[in-house]
Amino acid sequence: MKILCNGVERTLAPQTKLVDLLHDLGLEPDTVVAECDGVILRREAYDTHLLTDGSVLELIRFVGGG
Amino acid sequence: MLTIAGREFRSRLFGGTGKFASAEVMRDALAASGTEMVTVALRRVDLADPADDIMRVLDRERYLLLPNTSGARDAGEAIRLAHLARAAGGTPWLKLEVTPDPRTLLPDPVETLKATEELVKDGFIVLPYMNADPILALRLQDVGAAAVMPLGSPIGTNQGIVTAFQVRIIIEQARVPVVVDAGLGAPSHAALAMEMGADAVLVNTAIAVSGDPVRMARAFAMAVAAGRDAYEAGLGEARDNASASSPETGLDFLR
Repeated sequence: MKILCNGVERTLAPQTKLVDLLHDLGLEPDTVVAECDGVILRREAYDTHLLTDGSVLELIRFVGGG
Repeated sequence: MLTIAGREFRSRLFGGTGKFASAEVMRDALAASGTEMVTVALRRVDLADPADDIMRVLDRERYLLLPNTSGARDAGEAIRLAHLARAAGGTPWLKLEVTPDPRTLLPDPVETLKATEELVKDGFIVLPYMNADPILALRLQDVGAAAVMPLGSPIGTNQGIVTAFQVRIIIEQARVPVVVDAGLGAPSHAALAMEMGADAVLVNTAIAVSGDPVRMARAFAMAVAAGRDAYEAGLGEARDNASASSPETGLDFLR
């Protein structure tokens, strides 16, 4: 299946959980906020949330700013 | 002591975290500034550099995070960023920025007011970045802004308080704290804002891009404290004619 992650298309195995994708990307789950199809996911949901074909995922974090 | 939304701050200098050469320089400069509240922005994770995370050097015990909505061009985008910020930081504190024009980065007053009203209703502690418009400051406090943040001059311009006339009126009228934000390029600019009676100032660029950010942070901290002391002590009024400092009597022996 295909998803759009931070604007880039990625091919994932079916039934991929968000937490697995984060680990594949080298991201510590506690350091990012995930918005999937416009809905912000609670941190507790990362471990069980199943990504689906066509999902639009945004991974966001704090950066330096004024 | 400065109080915003029930929280007390010993330092009246708020720090930004943008534009520093490295996370370590930022950490040391913030420590030298004595600040207790720091702004951060929200952006997409850089998937090419997943370990690049500013939060690894920011001590949450020491600093209250003030996420901003920089990059938002209207109320809708700002509100979306606000919710992401609350999820990311676990904090309702928010520096609301709505800047549709990348050339001036001037805040949109209509969208800022609209977003402030909605976010306050949703439980956010909103500190809106605003043009130095005294009427708008009243409107923002009426809809529940926890403080107002009028600009001294546009973001990153280092021009100081070119809006002094309006900032004075805002300070005179405000029932919420006034934080002069943006454009303060030198410690003297920050001291002036504090002498005028501002409750606090927010400084980022002037410290971050200085040749020695740690030393500049210390300079700003001293300037803010000096300006506040001067304000509380009470400044003398400016006058047109001289007023002798030495006695005018006792000079009979000269003539």
